[in-house]
Amino acid sequence: MNIDLLIKMANQISEFFQGTTDPDKAATDVATHLRRYWDPRMRKQIVAYCEERHGAGLTNTAIAGVQLLAQQEQKAAAPAAAASAGAAAPGPKS
Amino acid sequence: MYSVGYEDLGTPTPPAGTAAAVTLEIDGTQVTVPDGTSIMRAAALAGVKVPKLCATDSLKAFGSCRVCLVEVEGRKGYPASCTTQVAAGMKVRTQSDKLMSLRRGVVDLYVSDHPLECQGCPAHGHCELEDIAAQVGITQTSYAPGAAHRPQAKDESNPYFTFNPELCIVCSRCVRACDETQGTLALTIQGRGFGSKVAASEDEPFLESECVSCGACVEACPTAALTEKSIIGLGVAERAVGTTCAYCGVGCALKAEVRGSGADTEVVRMVPQRDGKANHGHACVKGRFAWGYATHEDRIRTPMIRKSIRDEWRPVSWEEAIGYAASELRRIQAKYGVNSIGGITSSRCTNEETFLVQKLIRAAFGTNNVDTCARVCHSPTGYGLKNTLGESAGTQAFDSVMQADVIFIIGANPTEGHPVFGSQLKRRLREGAKLLIADPRETALVRTPHVEADVHMQLQPGTNVALLNAMAHVVVTEGLVKEAYVAERCEPEPFARWKAFVSEERNSPESSEGVTGVPAHMVREAARLFATAGNGAIYYGLGVTEHSQGTTAVMAIANLSMATGNLGREGVGVNPLRGQNNVQGSCDMGSFPHEFSAYRHVSDPTTRALFEAAWGVPLQSEPGLRIPNMFEAALDGTFKGMYVQGEDFVQSDPNTHHVNAAMESMECVIVQDLFLNETAKFAHVFLPGSSFLEKDGTFTNAERRVSRVRKVLEPLAGYQDWEVTCLLSNALGYPMHYAHPQEIMEEIARLTPTFAALTYEKIDRLGSVQWPCTDEAPEGTPTMHVHQFVRGKGKFWPTEYVPTSERSTSRYPLILTTGRVLTQYNVGAQTRRTNNVVWHAEDVLEIHPHDAEVRGIADGDWVGLTSRAGDTVLRAKVSEKIAPGVVYTTFHFPETNANVVTTENSDWATNCPEYKVTAVEVVQVNQADAWRRRAEAERALPHGGRKQRRDPAPA
Repeated sequence: MNIDLLIKMANQISEFFQGTTDPDKAATDVATHLRRYWDPRMRKQIVAYCEERHGAGLTNTAIAGVQLLAQQEQKAAAPAAAASAGAAAPGPKS
Repeated sequence: MYSVGYEDLGTPTPPAGTAAAVTLEIDGTQVTVPDGTSIMRAAALAGVKVPKLCATDSLKAFGSCRVCLVEVEGRKGYPASCTTQVAAGMKVRTQSDKLMSLRRGVVDLYVSDHPLECQGCPAHGHCELEDIAAQVGITQTSYAPGAAHRPQAKDESNPYFTFNPELCIVCSRCVRACDETQGTLALTIQGRGFGSKVAASEDEPFLESECVSCGACVEACPTAALTEKSIIGLGVAERAVGTTCAYCGVGCALKAEVRGSGADTEVVRMVPQRDGKANHGHACVKGRFAWGYATHEDRIRTPMIRKSIRDEWRPVSWEEAIGYAASELRRIQAKYGVNSIGGITSSRCTNEETFLVQKLIRAAFGTNNVDTCARVCHSPTGYGLKNTLGESAGTQAFDSVMQADVIFIIGANPTEGHPVFGSQLKRRLREGAKLLIADPRETALVRTPHVEADVHMQLQPGTNVALLNAMAHVVVTEGLVKEAYVAERCEPEPFARWKAFVSEERNSPESSEGVTGVPAHMVREAARLFATAGNGAIYYGLGVTEHSQGTTAVMAIANLSMATGNLGREGVGVNPLRGQNNVQGSCDMGSFPHEFSAYRHVSDPTTRALFEAAWGVPLQSEPGLRIPNMFEAALDGTFKGMYVQGEDFVQSDPNTHHVNAAMESMECVIVQDLFLNETAKFAHVFLPGSSFLEKDGTFTNAERRVSRVRKVLEPLAGYQDWEVTCLLSNALGYPMHYAHPQEIMEEIARLTPTFAALTYEKIDRLGSVQWPCTDEAPEGTPTMHVHQFVRGKGKFWPTEYVPTSERSTSRYPLILTTGRVLTQYNVGAQTRRTNNVVWHAEDVLEIHPHDAEVRGIADGDWVGLTSRAGDTVLRAKVSEKIAPGVVYTTFHFPETNANVVTTENSDWATNCPEYKVTAVEVVQVNQADAWRRRAEAERALPHGGRKQRRDPAPA
């Protein structure tokens, strides 16, 4: 997907949350928002971009949020992979 | 003319809850009714029909016709039963020789100037004068021929009804309906004595007058003076079927009056149900009259397929179309992965159909890539209210407005977008409620007969949050917070944080004046009024949600309501005015990619297990793609197929060139619709849809009211929409077998806590039910958050104002904002195919005289409208209703395609597009056709012919 658009969206999200609470909590809120509302391919792309480009163009809160998201996704990767393997095949249970 | 089979009671119900019971005697029968009831109504309730002409139970008693005279024991004279209220122990006689004589005299006078050639009259058999003349035995007048109002020309200017003054008895019912029911006050009785006549505005033809064609006058007319042209053409209906309007989010209860049966059934007219709880017997020009699209010749009645969008359509059987669609979807998934397809549910379809489409996508497709058009309208409402109050819906019933003392309308234009609620609102305002409006335009409610806004804050587009923060600043810093309410009902720490935030000087009206353009004293006055005038209710629309800070503004509205104690009872509340008929329902039914029905996240294992057990398949725990994300993924090559039921996002979604480019990259688009719409230009399979007249199910309106939709006509293409979804699912190998939508609702109730106690039987019995409908609230919930908020404690959120990145520049110096008009609906697919085009045949660009003058633009000129996303051409309408620096248009016509110029900017939380703010330039053009041809040629090119200009990523 267009990374410029994802950067813009992530920054918008961070602008909301950084006005609501302290920086640590804001980063957590950004990560939670991305995890709950963004399709995995979008999350994967913003995480990869943040790592490769050191968060260029992202606000500090967005960077912190995306980095936190990356950690959370990494942590959950093994069980999620197992779960998604079960969900991948559409159609009724036999 | 009354609806078929309607028994009119003569005068309205007295106000509820105030009256003691009164027992009286009418014609020897004991009758007990609430105090305040008229004798006429009491008699009708006892089965005694008192003759009447000027009375009807939708209007206040008037007492002019003198036909309803009665005798009351112990009283002198012959009082009018419509204007005389009951009293305990009263003895009334409605029939006597004297009364008969008096009535004969009155009716004789009426018919002396009214033709009695009833056989050829369109109201024959349904005319109240004809009935009464028969009751009193008058077949011709006893008066010698004299002056008469004949011959007189009919006024046939209105496309839907005729005014024949020869048949008018000047009873004033039409005038009173226009005043009391609609609130437009377009009609009057002009002249005196014999010269009295009904006149529209300054005695103009109806079409050219201020009449908004709601039809209330036509329904109120006791003769055929005002008659629907459809009745004149087809005759009076034989029967009526109760259903729900398929236009806006008011969800008016209607009766479809029909003739014939089976495949020969034809609709004669639509009449609002007087006991309809959302509309109380009222309708608008769309709901009452604009149903002709259902049988329009443009309806597609045969499935069609094509390999490529460059190919011609090939009509095929249902079996072949469904089989092709299913095989293509599976082919794409096999090649690109399970998440390479998805679908869109429709806010115009029923709850049952919407539920089935999201079930199809989650269970049969195996993905959460499902979204709905609420994405582009009220998705911020869902997010904002869920996170502040705990439920993604409005808090009140429409009737709540009648208890409001101060009404704050922000970003909504109810008299155009939600006209029947607009009429109710005006009624309350005429009773004296205060009115605050925040809108860049001077909407009709700012100044209309007997209504004038106390404060009109004409803010700059995109500054709602700054304005709401400034109002909150006044409430907090002037000590107007309802501290006890907040302490009892809200989380203390977030409230303290919010209070500190809005108290900052930068949020004061004086500081934000430069941003919003609203003088500080007006903001202070509005805030004080809202906080102190009693019950304060906020009504908002897309002017709040369709911004980059749409969700923030919804939260700011919730904050303001909590701080002033304006939630949890009648007369107050946060009231989103939903756009489409079932947009609330489509959201409730689990149409968003991250939520199952009742707004439960897909990652919640308990909820997912519930659905997995019911549906027999594993379900994904990750959110899917939203509509704008689908377009991005399509351009990225990871999203290749979609099933679109009843939506036309190519016309309705922003940045048309971008959407077109995305759609061109798809390998299988399945469109199910009534017409070959703009989205169908990119489709490979077209499945004919069914209109609301051709199906059973339910709609949920903006006040969470679930109402029945009942089949009136056989589906033109053979299937109701839910049946087509079942066919596709079965072809995909995921069996769906329902005999009737009732069975789907039973499944919804089993899986959706807020619908747990909802049944068709209950809806039929009660007329409609507002969710939550549970064992604790078995008959529904008109007012939410009564004892506590759904989330427990209400949560305040600081709402920092962040200016949109879409700003006026030297190249694009004006700000475009968009909206809608009364007579057209959304993308116009329905209303453009009705006579409503008489009022609004094209989109026009409103521009302030100053902005027009400096550009050499005169009213009616063709102008080019250009933004960084695209350009279009339309006619200018020079108007002072719009502020300098702002221009305004609608998006009803594909020829204009206003969304060519809107951009990809969207709300931070939900991706709801920022339709309301686009930087543009407007120039006069002499060669409009050339502009349009160029624009059409651009759209026809691969990828929309235009390289997308995006905001660069910040350095």
